[in-house]
Amino acid sequence: MYPSPFAYHAPATIEETLALLARLPEAKILAGGQSLLPMMNLGLAQPGALVDVNDLPGLETVTEDGGGLRLGALVRHRTLETSPLIRRRCPALAEAASLIGNIRVRHRGTLGGSLAHADPAAELPLVAVALGATLEIRRLEGAREVSAAQFFRGYLLTDLAPGELVTGVRIPPFAPGTGYGLAELVRRAGDFAIVAACAVLTTDGAGACRHASLALGGVGPHPLVMRRAEALLAGGPLTDRRLAEAADAVPGEVAPESDVHATAAYRRAMARVMAYRALAQARARAVPGPGRAA
Amino acid sequence: METAAADAAARVRVRFALNGSPVDVWAAPHETLLAVLRDTLGATEVKYGCGEGVCGTCTVLLDGAPINACLLLAVQAAGRAVTTVKGLGAEGRLHPLQGAFVAHEAAQCGFCTPGMLLVAHAFLADHPRPTRDEIRSAIAGNLCRCTGYTRIVDAIEACAGSGTDARGEPA
Repeated sequence: MYPSPFAYHAPATIEETLALLARLPEAKILAGGQSLLPMMNLGLAQPGALVDVNDLPGLETVTEDGGGLRLGALVRHRTLETSPLIRRRCPALAEAASLIGNIRVRHRGTLGGSLAHADPAAELPLVAVALGATLEIRRLEGAREVSAAQFFRGYLLTDLAPGELVTGVRIPPFAPGTGYGLAELVRRAGDFAIVAACAVLTTDGAGACRHASLALGGVGPHPLVMRRAEALLAGGPLTDRRLAEAADAVPGEVAPESDVHATAAYRRAMARVMAYRALAQARARAVPGPGRAA
Repeated sequence: METAAADAAARVRVRFALNGSPVDVWAAPHETLLAVLRDTLGATEVKYGCGEGVCGTCTVLLDGAPINACLLLAVQAAGRAVTTVKGLGAEGRLHPLQGAFVAHEAAQCGFCTPGMLLVAHAFLADHPRPTRDEIRSAIAGNLCRCTGYTRIVDAIEACAGSGTDARGEPA
């Protein structure tokens, strides 16, 4: 099947885009189109109007931002995966992007589009939450910022109001002694995760945990922050035992549902396993040692 | 295309390069590149498989990069270079990858073959000396329902390091 007819708009400037979105609150924004077009081809979405943002200037740029990164909303997954700057400054983002779909999807799909679509099992929303990313949002009347943790509100539901456009994402720098881990359970390479976990650990010189961030995907309506696990890790040594205690707290903090891919009980059990793997990877990268990445 | 906004019924003029030759067509905004290639331009070498970007048989190169033709609006191809499997070789002069697919009998029903060739072509342009595992990863997003993957990997491996140049350009 092919999409149903719609009014098509391809504005050339952000200002023009915001005016259109204000005038057409029901319009769908077309970025990479790798989630929207499948739904339209299948007849699951039949928007009356599309606002194609692919021609907007300046939204595909990646810049250093005080040791962190500032990424335009139209940065493609393939750029996240291959850009030397991103791989150096934020390898978690590069690794997450490499897990998405297939090479064709990665050439078109965009960072802002993935976040705004907010699939509960998608990699980029999960990593954005774990990394403490901030989204830059514009509307006709102005601009605002929102943390990734506050941005995701429910199943395919975000903080975006009608008329608003995600224009960029900022990723804070890693403090010295920080490492990340990313673990996911998938049936086939490129699938959406059944369960995914992303951990970021910062250690002091003595190996104690100064800061812990742990988020889980695929086990709730949106990426979930594991507050109890984080609190169990903060301040103490990152021993195997403490990582296991933190992972043991995860099943009590997730809210999975059963579907054709997995039962809720299986997801809950695997959430603990993926959390432990992500934490162990993060520790290995945060605490340099023989054979460990700095 | 020549107009920034169009109502649903209006066709807009779309010009792009198809296999190196300029094309000039009228397309409605909701027509995908795949629909225009097959139904307007007769480029039936591009196949419709799933419509979801999963199967890979509608693969074309857009400015040299593999994309899903089923998930791109035709109007979005304006000003770009589109390459189908017919753009790899020429009548009577197969691209080395095509020759390797023939030599290794890498096609059974053949429905996945155009996408396999284009993805392999773009991959080899970036990875002239790939390992067998890298080849398998490269075609992971292209489904062969005959499950004839072994010969496809054999053909790509045999071709690695020979005959492919810049992405999207026939050797």
